[in-house]
Amino acid sequence: MRLSEHCYATIASIKSPLLLVEAVRSARMGETVRVIYPDGSEMEGEILKIDGAAVLIQLFGESYGLDVEHSAVVFTDAVKRAPLSTDMLDRVFNGSFLPIDGRPMFIPEQWAPVTGFPINPTLRGSPDEFIETGYSAIDGLNTLVKGQKLPIFSAAGLPSKEMASGILRSARMVARSNEGADKDFVVIFVALGLTHHEYAYYMQTLEAMRTRFMAFINLANDAVVERLLAPRFGLTAAEYLAFERAMDVLVVITDMTNYCDALREVSTAREELPGRRGYPGYMYSDLASLFERAGRIQGRAGSVTMLPVVTMPEDDITHPIPDLTGYITEGQLVLSRELHQKGIFPPMDVLPSLSRLMQRGIGEGRTRADHRGVANLLYKHYAKGRDLRNLETIVGREGMSEKDQGMLDFAEAFEREFVHQGQQRRSIEETLDAGLSVLRRHGLEAP
Amino acid sequence: MKGLITAVSGPTVTVDLPEVKLYDRVSIGHSGLMGEVVRMERDQAVVQVYEDTRGLGIGEPARGLEKPLTVALGPGLLARIFDGLQRPLERLGEAQGPFIRAGKAPEPLEPDRPWHFVPVKRAGEVVQSGELLGYAEEGPFRHWIGAFQGGGTLTELKEGPFTVQDSIGAFSDGRPIYAVHEWPVRSPRPYRRKLAPSEPLVTGQRCIDFFFPLARGGTAIFPGGFGTGKTVLEQTITKYADTDVVVYVGCGERGNEMAEMLEEFVTLTDPRSGHALTKRTVMVVNTSNMPVAAREASIYTAVTMAEYFRDMGYHVLFLADSISRWAEALREISSALEEMPGEEGYPTYLSSRLSGFVARSGVVETLDGRVGSLTMILSVSPPGGDFTEPVTQACLRNTGAFLMLDTALAHRRHFPAINWFQSYSLYGDAVAHFFADRVAPEWGALKDECRALLQREEKLREVAEIVGAEGLEDEGHLLMHVAEQVRQNFLCQNAYTEDAYSPLDQTHRRIREILAFYRNAEKRLQGGESLEKILKEATP
Repeated sequence: MRLSEHCYATIASIKSPLLLVEAVRSARMGETVRVIYPDGSEMEGEILKIDGAAVLIQLFGESYGLDVEHSAVVFTDAVKRAPLSTDMLDRVFNGSFLPIDGRPMFIPEQWAPVTGFPINPTLRGSPDEFIETGYSAIDGLNTLVKGQKLPIFSAAGLPSKEMASGILRSARMVARSNEGADKDFVVIFVALGLTHHEYAYYMQTLEAMRTRFMAFINLANDAVVERLLAPRFGLTAAEYLAFERAMDVLVVITDMTNYCDALREVSTAREELPGRRGYPGYMYSDLASLFERAGRIQGRAGSVTMLPVVTMPEDDITHPIPDLTGYITEGQLVLSRELHQKGIFPPMDVLPSLSRLMQRGIGEGRTRADHRGVANLLYKHYAKGRDLRNLETIVGREGMSEKDQGMLDFAEAFEREFVHQGQQRRSIEETLDAGLSVLRRHGLEAP
Repeated sequence: MKGLITAVSGPTVTVDLPEVKLYDRVSIGHSGLMGEVVRMERDQAVVQVYEDTRGLGIGEPARGLEKPLTVALGPGLLARIFDGLQRPLERLGEAQGPFIRAGKAPEPLEPDRPWHFVPVKRAGEVVQSGELLGYAEEGPFRHWIGAFQGGGTLTELKEGPFTVQDSIGAFSDGRPIYAVHEWPVRSPRPYRRKLAPSEPLVTGQRCIDFFFPLARGGTAIFPGGFGTGKTVLEQTITKYADTDVVVYVGCGERGNEMAEMLEEFVTLTDPRSGHALTKRTVMVVNTSNMPVAAREASIYTAVTMAEYFRDMGYHVLFLADSISRWAEALREISSALEEMPGEEGYPTYLSSRLSGFVARSGVVETLDGRVGSLTMILSVSPPGGDFTEPVTQACLRNTGAFLMLDTALAHRRHFPAINWFQSYSLYGDAVAHFFADRVAPEWGALKDECRALLQREEKLREVAEIVGAEGLEDEGHLLMHVAEQVRQNFLCQNAYTEDAYSPLDQTHRRIREILAFYRNAEKRLQGGESLEKILKEATP
């Protein structure tokens, strides 16, 4: 343990975003450093690797203007920590947790390491309280519960931002939905590599919301390495609000694809062995270190629920990013180009979508007694109808039996009347009634 | 043995401890993080650290513990939840709160819990290493205590109360006997000889028991993409399998799922014994966000416990979810060690490590002369659902049953999503006699008949896709109807209802009825009756 900061001017090499510093005494793994540029400006960094007196540092920003001769590195003897206080609510920060809303920095009540600690599995609370998102395709068939991590799998050109902000606007914790219950409901929005256009759209949503929020904004032209840090700040803040301040926190991170690309960029700079499509072999563990921070803890009131947005490159669900995400998260909400082209919003394909924790969050006392029955029937008949569409393209509608034609009509109606809802918000009652009405009109038995 | 840290890179730490042995345990830094020596280079040892290395500094002390990674084996293992290094998670939670921090942990076995020892051997008797000396009742379970640390002439064996800290007897050379001992996790426990698997492991899953029976002492893998129900299937088998002890490893998987399972196990009872399921289960949990090196060690920790119960002459079921996460941990460590990578970055020793691990399963004659078995079920998570990847392939070469979980079936909500055309079990012949003798002589014939039916239907379906269902003959319609019955009412099993467990006679009755209906209906159809009438009668 050292007692003061040490300053070194022994940079041996610079390979953006990495620095190699030599002749350093007693550095610590993960220690935060401040790099002082020749012009006097500063940038934070973190120690990635230590070999004797040589230390490898990752910079959390651009390395333009750094040189070997006149730059210096200050070792702070502390790991990266996030400042925490309830005063951080209703504020907008950049990826380094500095305010960008024109107001001064808040005074922290406490500090916590950004990487967090794993929750002891024996003390995790069971995620079984329903969150009403207002979208039938989610609430009815792929129910989200408190403490769950459920990503939206989107593709380029699909309205994932409209859907994510729709959820932000209308999500309700129904279990305590009486007056004032939403005051303990907080949204943390983490933007990674967003274009300005998308950013403006989200900010409009956030500002129009009744719910309290926090935003961490890293735009497309901001430092790439900050993308690795911003979600960790967001989650550290979320854990504090949830488990120390008993709030229900919904964390929306968009876009995880930019996060993974940043991870790949840094990994390549470190000359690590690339795995699938150049992404590092530890990407699963790295993503898990984020996603697993969602959850509830026995005996504590709050919860951290995560809704990350993943843009599937080339619409390919087997691409390493959606694939590894799907292995960690508790289900996925898959958007479909076909439904989008039909003008259906949200264009969610319920067949490949899944919520693993749904069984626990629905039924009597949570949503409605007939929820499971209605959901199973809708799913079953829609799957059948979709199967028959393939047949229809071969033999034509005329070549099909009356019953099969009925199923085709049902699938169509299901998409247009149940999945599609435009800007309208539906309560869970309305969702289930909409489902029942589509079933009844097509002569399909009700549960 | 003391030294200093000289380098840190991810989970690996280099220390100047020239005297340590490979795989020795090392305590690292001021906070005493646990690690294991994985490489020696001149006067330096490279240590794989089981905990987060963040905050570790150069020049901090390192201490060689002169023994490899071991687990404590003795009364008090059952109904407990450990992490990959056998730290008791429940008591760790009491000590540290809801978040797991690195460093000191409570002893794996409760030091003060009272037990009652009943000897079966007497003073004066000569016992061989591994012979059983007596037992303690651990709830409904008889926990045998043996001379696992060597034999000798017994001079004393005390009946009565004890704790894991007390000796329960002594040998003539003065060595005390304890009910608990430590065993290095990477060394397989000894046995007299291996026997061929000949009894089925009844899982209560119709598709498995009927088509792809598992054998006690055998090995099976469940590969499947995400959302195909690997975890649910493993957990269902954990609940209902006909076995004495279950060791379940959650290796690099989701924390919420583990929490759900833990909660469920307390309330569920074993359908055979009527006791709470936890009473026969040991869980090892290393979720995906817990340290990678401990994940690598977790399957060894767990399998050593499983072997320990096997050595008491019990049938033990070992389940790991998922072995791919273990392989990835191996890859991460290998890459931190800058080893030459093999396929997809996995180390080239992936396959040999895996076969060494899988070889710890089997039916054995124990050192005490009893018969015990260790059955392994491993789930595999192939990236992108691509079964040609190295982990699935390495598993295929080493295991006896392959139960392929199919994404298309899962999307149709057909669970368990076991593909009945591609899956196989090499134990079918070895256990056929059991089903013929104990359930029904026609078991094998029904199986062939059912399989043929599904194959014919598959062909017919291809035809129907071209000509349309209308173009089929009545025989074809009947076949499709019956195949649908087989799928819906036989192969599908909802893990969340009563039907989650199907005893063998029920499995037999269901398939017999469906096939009998088919034979009868076919005959009536040939006799000129209309299909509509036959089907109407069939559905009440």
